[in-house]
Amino acid sequence: MSSPENLVELGHLTKRFQVKQGVFARGKVEVHAVEDVSLTVHRGETLGIVGESGCGKSTTARLILRLLDPTSGTITFDGRDISKLSQRELRPLRREMQMIFQDPYSSLNPRKTVGQIVGQPFAIHGQKNARTRVQELLETVGLSPEHYNRYPHEFSGGQRQRIGVARALALSPKLIVCDEPVSALDVSIQAQVLNLLRNLQRDFNLTYVFISHDLSVIRQIADRIAVMYLGKVVELGESESIYEHPKHPYTAALLSAVPRATTGHRERIVLTGDVPSPISPPAACVFHPRCPRFHQGHCDVDTPVLRDLGVGQQAACHYPLEKWPMTDDEIRQAEGTIRADKPKLEGASAETG
Amino acid sequence: MSAGENRRLLDVRGLTVRFPTADGVVQAVSDVTFTLSRGETLGIVGESGSGKSVSNLAIMGLLNRQRTIITGEIEFAGRDLLTLPAADLQHIRGKEIAMVFQDPFACLHPMYRVGAQIQEAVLAHDEVSKSTAWARAVDLLGRVGIPNAKERARDFPHQYSGGMRQRAMIAMALVHNPAILICDEPTTALDVTVQAQIIELIEDVKREFDIGVILVTHDLGVVSEIADSVMVMYAGRIMEYGPARALFDQPQHPYAWGLLDSMPTVEKRLSSLVPIEGSPPSLLAPPSGCPFHPRCPYRFEPCPVDRPPLEAPVAAAHLDACWLPWDEKVRHGSERSLARLGDAA
Repeated sequence: MSSPENLVELGHLTKRFQVKQGVFARGKVEVHAVEDVSLTVHRGETLGIVGESGCGKSTTARLILRLLDPTSGTITFDGRDISKLSQRELRPLRREMQMIFQDPYSSLNPRKTVGQIVGQPFAIHGQKNARTRVQELLETVGLSPEHYNRYPHEFSGGQRQRIGVARALALSPKLIVCDEPVSALDVSIQAQVLNLLRNLQRDFNLTYVFISHDLSVIRQIADRIAVMYLGKVVELGESESIYEHPKHPYTAALLSAVPRATTGHRERIVLTGDVPSPISPPAACVFHPRCPRFHQGHCDVDTPVLRDLGVGQQAACHYPLEKWPMTDDEIRQAEGTIRADKPKLEGASAETG
Repeated sequence: MSAGENRRLLDVRGLTVRFPTADGVVQAVSDVTFTLSRGETLGIVGESGSGKSVSNLAIMGLLNRQRTIITGEIEFAGRDLLTLPAADLQHIRGKEIAMVFQDPFACLHPMYRVGAQIQEAVLAHDEVSKSTAWARAVDLLGRVGIPNAKERARDFPHQYSGGMRQRAMIAMALVHNPAILICDEPTTALDVTVQAQIIELIEDVKREFDIGVILVTHDLGVVSEIADSVMVMYAGRIMEYGPARALFDQPQHPYAWGLLDSMPTVEKRLSSLVPIEGSPPSLLAPPSGCPFHPRCPYRFEPCPVDRPPLEAPVAAAHLDACWLPWDEKVRHGSERSLARLGDAA
C-alpha cells in the first residue's frame, strides 16, 4: 500500500486519552481525540489540517511526529512503519521531522542565545562547530548573522518565529509540522512568515503539515487540505476544489462563517450550539446534531465514510452538497426532503428578521 | 453626522495618553479624535501596540490617573469624562458605558454562578431586590441566546463553553441598558463558527437596544462584517478614518493598503502576499514625521520631517493622514486593484 511519493501515510489512526473523573478520580473516561484517521502527505506538498479547537488537529500532528503514542492504527514515515518504534529507535528519524510551534514567546528558551537555540539540533546529533552553519541559517530565514549572540527577548514576535523556523531547518528535515505558526502574529508580520515558509519549501523541497484554524491562511499555503471535526476527517482533497465546491455541510458552514474584508452580501450558514464533548461523541456521523441536512434514521445510525466526490475530493457525508454557494433553504432540502422536524436555526432566522 | 446631533453619544477630541516608565515616556495614544452616534458601530483596527485598546481604557476611565498623563477631551452626554470626579465616573462606568473584554475565560469569576455575577452587576447600580436582580439576569441570558436560561443561570462558568461565556459577558454588559458598548477583541479567543454567532449577536444587540458600539479588533474581516465606520490606528495615531464601505473600497493610506494586501483571503489563493516590511516602532521613541514612514514603500521627502495632518482629500467623512498627493493615491489605488484582479484571473 505504501507508495514512494507519499512521505507520510496514516492508516486508521486512533488516539484516545484516559482522563479521570469524579472527586476521588475513581471514574475513568476516554477522550476520543483522533478517530480512525487515514490520510497521506505527498512529498513536497503542503497538507493543511483545519478545524476548530478540540477537533484533533494538533493531536494528529503530534502523532505523525510520534510525540504521542497512537492507541491503534499505523503511521508510515518515508516508507517505514514508525507507529511502534521505541523512543531510542526513533531518535535517528527525529532529524528528518521537525516542528514549528504556535507561540514564539514560549517556544524559545529565554536563557539561551539565538546561536545556542538554533545550534541545539547540531549538538544533539553530535555535530560540532556548527557556528557558520547556524549563521547561514539565520540569513536564510531573514535574520542577520550578528544576531547569533542575542537573546530571544531582544526580538519581536515575527523575528522570534523566524528563529523557530531556523531551528526547524537546522538538520535539513524532510517533514516540518507547523502548528499554528502564524496565529500569534500581527497580519503584516503573518504575511512575512507565510512568504518565508513558502520560499523555503521551494528552495529546500520541504514537505509541510500545516495546522491552522484560520481558513484564509490555509487557502494561501496548502495544496491539499483535511477538514477535521471531533477527531474525524470529514473532508479531504485538493485545496482549490474544497474551497470552491465544499461537499460536506460542515466545511460549507466553516467557509461561510469566515468574516471577509470585501464588499457585498453573501449567504451564511450559521451553526447553532457548540461542538459536542469528545468524551461521548454523537453516534454515527459526529456532525449530525448540528447539521442542517440531518436525516433521522440515517445520519444518526449509519457512520458515513470518506468517499470520492468529484476530482481529488472526498467527503464523509450521506447527503453531500450538490453545489456551492447555496442558500439556507437549499441546504436544508437534500434529495427532495425538507427538514420539517427541526425548527429553523436561531441564528439564521435572526439574520433574516 | 447625517443622523443629527441628538444621536451623538461620544465626542473624543485630541485624546493623548502617555505612560511615564523607567525607560522613558510611552506615547501610547496621540491626538485621537472621533465621534460615535447611536446605532453606529465604530471599528478600531490596528496591530498590537497601535493604541487601540488604550484609547478605550481611557474612555472607560480604567487608566490609573496617577500614573498616566491623559490630555484631550472625552465628551459624553455633555460632560468631559476626563475631568469628572471619580465618584461621578463610577455612575457612568458599567452603567452607561459598558465593556466586553477579549478573554471570556478570564473575565468570569470561576467560583460564582454565572447568574449571580450578572445579578451583582445589576445590584451595583440599581437598588432593587435580589430576586428582581436575579430575574433580570435570567432574562438577559435568555435574550443573548443562552438556551434554557433559567437553569443555566445556576451554572458555574466552567460549565459554559467559550461562546456561551462571551454571551454571558455581553448579557452582563447590557444589564443597565448602556448607551455605549465597547467590545475589545470580542471574538479573538473564539472558533470561527462561534465567532460568527457572536458577531451576529452584537449586531442584534445594537439594533434592539439602539446603542453605539465600539469594536476593537485586529481582524479586518470582522470589522468589514459589522462596522459602519472604521478607524485605522498605527503607533498610537489615526492613519485613516471614514465610513466602512469607503475605507474598504478605496483605502487611501499606504498603511491601510499594506494591511489589506498582507491579509490572506478565504475567497482565493493569491499569487503572493505582500507583507509590510519591518516591524512596528517602539512607542518610547516613535519615528519623526509620519510614524509609518520607515516601513512605507511610498515615502518621499516630507514624510520623515513633518507629520501629515488627518484631513479629507475628497469626501468630508473619509479622512487620512498621508502626504501623498491625491492623484498619486488614486494611481497606487488602481494599481492595487489591478494586481488583485490579476490574481482572480
